[in-house]
Amino acid sequence: MSARLRPALLGLGLIVLIALPLVAGKFGLDLAARIMIMAIFAMSLDLLVGFAGMVSLGHAAFFGVGAYALYLLSPQYGAASLLVSLPVAIAAAALAALVIGLLVLRSSGVYFIMVTLAFGEMFYYYATGARWLGGSDGAYVYQRPSAGPVDLGQGHAFYYLVLIALAATYALLRVILRAPFGHALRGIRSNEHRMRSLGFAAPRYKLLAFVIAGALAGLAGYFDAAQFGVVNPELFGWRLSGSVLMMVILGGMGTLDGAIIGAAVLVLLENFLGDLTTHWLLPMGLFIVAAVLLLPQGLTDPAALWRAMRERSRV
Amino acid sequence: MSEPILRAEALGKNFGGLAAVRDVSLDLSPKQIHAVIGPNGAGKTTLINLLSGDLTPTTGRVFFRGIEIEGHALDRIARLGVARAYQRTNIFAGFSVFENCRLAAQARRQPGIRLFRPALAYRDINDAAGRAMALAGVESRATDRASDLSHGEQRQLELAMALATEPQVLLLDEPLAGMGPEEASRIAALIARLGADLAILLVEHDMDAVFNIAATITVMVDGAVLASGTPQAIRADAAVQAAYLGEAA
Repeated sequence: MSARLRPALLGLGLIVLIALPLVAGKFGLDLAARIMIMAIFAMSLDLLVGFAGMVSLGHAAFFGVGAYALYLLSPQYGAASLLVSLPVAIAAAALAALVIGLLVLRSSGVYFIMVTLAFGEMFYYYATGARWLGGSDGAYVYQRPSAGPVDLGQGHAFYYLVLIALAATYALLRVILRAPFGHALRGIRSNEHRMRSLGFAAPRYKLLAFVIAGALAGLAGYFDAAQFGVVNPELFGWRLSGSVLMMVILGGMGTLDGAIIGAAVLVLLENFLGDLTTHWLLPMGLFIVAAVLLLPQGLTDPAALWRAMRERSRV
Repeated sequence: MSEPILRAEALGKNFGGLAAVRDVSLDLSPKQIHAVIGPNGAGKTTLINLLSGDLTPTTGRVFFRGIEIEGHALDRIARLGVARAYQRTNIFAGFSVFENCRLAAQARRQPGIRLFRPALAYRDINDAAGRAMALAGVESRATDRASDLSHGEQRQLELAMALATEPQVLLLDEPLAGMGPEEASRIAALIARLGADLAILLVEHDMDAVFNIAATITVMVDGAVLASGTPQAIRADAAVQAAYLGEAA
């Protein structure tokens, strides 16, 4: 996207999201919140996949940790304190990412994909059997968290907090990607050996990226549990890891805007195709195949879109 | 002769049954160009790999300023101030020439993780990258993608990146290979100039350049040191002539 167009579109998108509660009903706002939560999740994975070159198929593990943290911090029928549960959920996801990162970052390439997948499944199977986590049925979060006058169960508080989290995630990632850290991550993705030969302790950079991505995934998972009021082992599972990876790929790896657009497109498709037909996975699959074939750089690459349309019109 | 900055002691490297490097000892002195020559397969590149940490020696030890380098971690050796230019160009192909050099300068000046200030706001890093590009003669290509450079220019970029890390020791693996004659003589002159400040290990096939700029020459054959000495001594050495120079002459 051109340098001038992007800030304009971002500003426009932000204004629309801020004003949305004025015009949209409950359904629309829930859907928008869902998209924003998935966008946070997708951006967190894009830090790994799109910038550091680490394709994780177990990223839902941290999403699940954030979600379950809210469940564990909520009194049985009451509301958790927002000011306690939110940072604790993020910290728990970061800690999980630190421990897993230390183990999985010894591998790379296809092995990294398989090992991250394996860890995600470990979390999944552990949760299905763990009674304190509600087992395979999961558990309810009866009330959304609150803090003093801010009650995420009331009015538009939840929607706006998610919007703030989305903006903060985007801003944070922009800053660190522009900093020497982000430049080094891209270097590691491009040629890790050369980065080490220049003197970068590449494993440390990758571990920190893994922890930041895990923490942000935990943030998204926390909001997911708050929105739906329920947690279950699927939140750790490979299906969710796969869909978020699809969002990143669909939007165009290595662009934060792409992760947001990919999340929006996939959530919307899931919703509307699900309404049209019970076999919604079929058209969804076809769409993804078409998108990957026509727009290998992702939906945010308008030049490729233009080329694809022109080639189409010639046929 | 001053205290060596980099010292290899009885280095050996086996690949399976093949001894690529056997019992090689070598001292690199500050402000001196030490050339290593020898026929293809003599183990010159393997020797550089052992010194840079790209490979871990099977036997022997490496000392930097008298302290043994243990573990031979590639990035740790680089942070000590040992820079390396690869024979097979090893650059960030998708990045601009400037970013290639900027990353190299960042590795030296901000080796720790810096999360918040924009990378391009580090003036000292930008300046170091700029100086390295100018030295190696690629500053006119600063904004071009590294992959768009000609083979010879990529070789210059390879050297620029090594220089951007502001090293104390420079390991150069055939820096002149693939360059046009004009650029080759320019870069040879640059290496000679750099030799006034740095310790340089130069592996090179261009014998004219080697005998012109090196203070010490080590001849390797079949993984082992055949002879070592001043260019005059090497030129006069009968064994060297028989084994190597004779073929070329």
